[in-house]
Amino acid sequence: MLQAYVPLLLVVAFVVFAAAGMLVMSHWLSSYRRTPTKLQAYESGMPVLSDARERFSVKFYLVAMLFIIFDIEVVFMFPWAVAFKQLPAQSGVLLVAMLVFLGVLTAGFIYAWKRGALEWS
Amino acid sequence: MNPELKGFLLLSVAKMLVVFVAVLIWVALLTLMERKVSAWIQNRLGPNRVGPGGLLQPAADGLKNLVKEETLPKVANPILFLLAPAMSFVPALLMSAIIPFAAPLPLDFDFSLPLLGRFVHAGSTPMVVADLPVGFLFVLAISSMGVYGIAIAGWSSNSKYSLLGGLRASAQMVSYEVALGLSVIPILLLAGNVSFSSVIADQQGGLWYVLPLFLAFFLFVVSGLAETNRLPFDMPEAESELIAGFHTEYSSMKFAMFFIAEYANVITVSAMTVTLFLGGWDIPFTAWDQQGGLLQTLATGSFFVVKVMFFVFLFMWIRWTLPRFRYDQLMSLGWKFLIEVATVYFVVIAIAIHLIGRVWGVTDPRAMGWWLFALNLVLCYIVFVLLDRGLVIEGSSPQRRPVPPSVTSEAMES
Amino acid sequence: MMVEIVFYVFAATAILSALMCITQRNPIASAFWLISTMLALAGIFVLLEAHFIAAVQVLVYAGAIMVLFLFVIMLLNLSGRVSDIRGRLSWVVATVIAVALTASLIGLRAYTPERLAQEVTGSLQITPDVAFQSGDLARAAAESRGVIGVFAEPLFGTYLVPFEITGLLLLTAIVGAVVLAKRRL
Repeated sequence: MLQAYVPLLLVVAFVVFAAAGMLVMSHWLSSYRRTPTKLQAYESGMPVLSDARERFSVKFYLVAMLFIIFDIEVVFMFPWAVAFKQLPAQSGVLLVAMLVFLGVLTAGFIYAWKRGALEWS
Repeated sequence: MNPELKGFLLLSVAKMLVVFVAVLIWVALLTLMERKVSAWIQNRLGPNRVGPGGLLQPAADGLKNLVKEETLPKVANPILFLLAPAMSFVPALLMSAIIPFAAPLPLDFDFSLPLLGRFVHAGSTPMVVADLPVGFLFVLAISSMGVYGIAIAGWSSNSKYSLLGGLRASAQMVSYEVALGLSVIPILLLAGNVSFSSVIADQQGGLWYVLPLFLAFFLFVVSGLAETNRLPFDMPEAESELIAGFHTEYSSMKFAMFFIAEYANVITVSAMTVTLFLGGWDIPFTAWDQQGGLLQTLATGSFFVVKVMFFVFLFMWIRWTLPRFRYDQLMSLGWKFLIEVATVYFVVIAIAIHLIGRVWGVTDPRAMGWWLFALNLVLCYIVFVLLDRGLVIEGSSPQRRPVPPSVTSEAMES
Repeated sequence: MMVEIVFYVFAATAILSALMCITQRNPIASAFWLISTMLALAGIFVLLEAHFIAAVQVLVYAGAIMVLFLFVIMLLNLSGRVSDIRGRLSWVVATVIAVALTASLIGLRAYTPERLAQEVTGSLQITPDVAFQSGDLARAAAESRGVIGVFAEPLFGTYLVPFEITGLLLLTAIVGAVVLAKRRL
């Protein structure tokens, strides 16, 4: 089984090497004529007034946090689906187990929805 | 090292080189195809000066990108600015290594080379660079690493447009990743294993999953489009609002690397769709392709490419036909529609399998497939007609909307 | 032999990345070294034939949790040029914690696989076959039933109740995230 991962290591090495090669080639071959205007960040031709990095809306953190939770939920569903196929004798029990699990999570989802966590306005 | 391992390594290296050269050339041709398709849709000619029919345009573009000036904004973070294109490029190309592209090839060799020694291989070789037991979980895991390239490109540029583009893109990608993960669960309900080879084998024994799991196929294609940041989900670029989004500050080869990553992702999503829902390299209505042999491998490989090209064309067609979503609509489509529909769908499919297979006792996979297909027709009616209030099927024609009274009265006065 | 070499490469990567993570001044660089640690850990999981755990390690830790870290660092604009360890008291506390953690790591050396198996089976009444399958047995099971199938059965058989409790944990997490983000709205 582990042998299947050997080509993956080769591929990783190859792709990283290709990426590095592209960056280095481009660095060598490109011409440089730097002017103060060119070195500014692009802001539709206006002089840059302030740093771009400001604090952003809490929505983005909320999306990232909800993403982690739902990602973990999905991770639990993979083995469930496999068990459902591989253990046909217990499929009724498995179905009830997943419905309970989903019921609990749906309560959380409805709470998030009602509190407006999924709104972007 | 024993001769068998050396034979395995030799084959792996050969397959790797073939796949990567093919993918890179394919990506180059896709940039041309995108421009030709857009020209065709917009009634233009498209690139036609470099080579016959513009065929050498990608080569000219590649050369141009290599020698163009590299810019580095003074306010940018230089190391991360340099690393970001590589962080997009590496995961995008890694994914193409684990999708099987043809029927296994029976291959026996036993030879010796000076210095390197003896190489031995026997039996059928799967036509995939790395035949991982984790299968499409690997694709999901690696595609979640693709967020970093875009987020870091946006942040390290320290330009307002880049930052906004990178931020939007990463929020969008993580939102649709949940829907993508949920839409493959029905496949596990039928196949019972994550490895690509078992998914393909199960589809050969029954129906292609596009029929019994049509809605999952639809959800997968939509969230796949969003994952690759293609129109109508191209929030990270959104030329009309954000100049060029996360790669506003990039030039030269670094810019080209983002493009290679995008087109490699398009190929991967298309190949994933084909493998998971359209039987992979399977040729329908015949068992000839499973016999094994050089001819079978070549035929299935070509058939796989044709199927993938269909989806690539579909994605281009969608890109040049549909307008872009508004960002709040995009997020609510992901969180309030796709996730719910995908969750309900896999529960319904599980209940159906339980009832049809274990209570009624239908064991033939093909019969089960047709039953599920019938169920899908009903579900599609519910989703596309009832839930959607007929907008997708009938189009949002202006006549069907009630005209606000204020507008009509003003029109009558004037 | 090859497996050992690969293990030491991954282990060294994990430890070096962890060291870089805590010594870097730039928080973004720290986050990337942490991702590197996670990926090396995924590699070690693969060497242990825990294929699904390796995929989940990449999917959840390197792909989801680190995205949140990155968002927080990027958007709060933490420049982080100052060390968090300031003043004599902080140094004392930091040293005590470091010594305690090192001691606990050394203490873990006493836990050989046999002792762990004995303690687990003694307290929870599971047969050793379930708790610690021998490598060959696990490998054969994974070959025949797929990498998820091997642990899907115990997860939804023996450990069904913990699975449902995980649902409650996730519910708590959803409520917590929403309350945290929406307090001021």
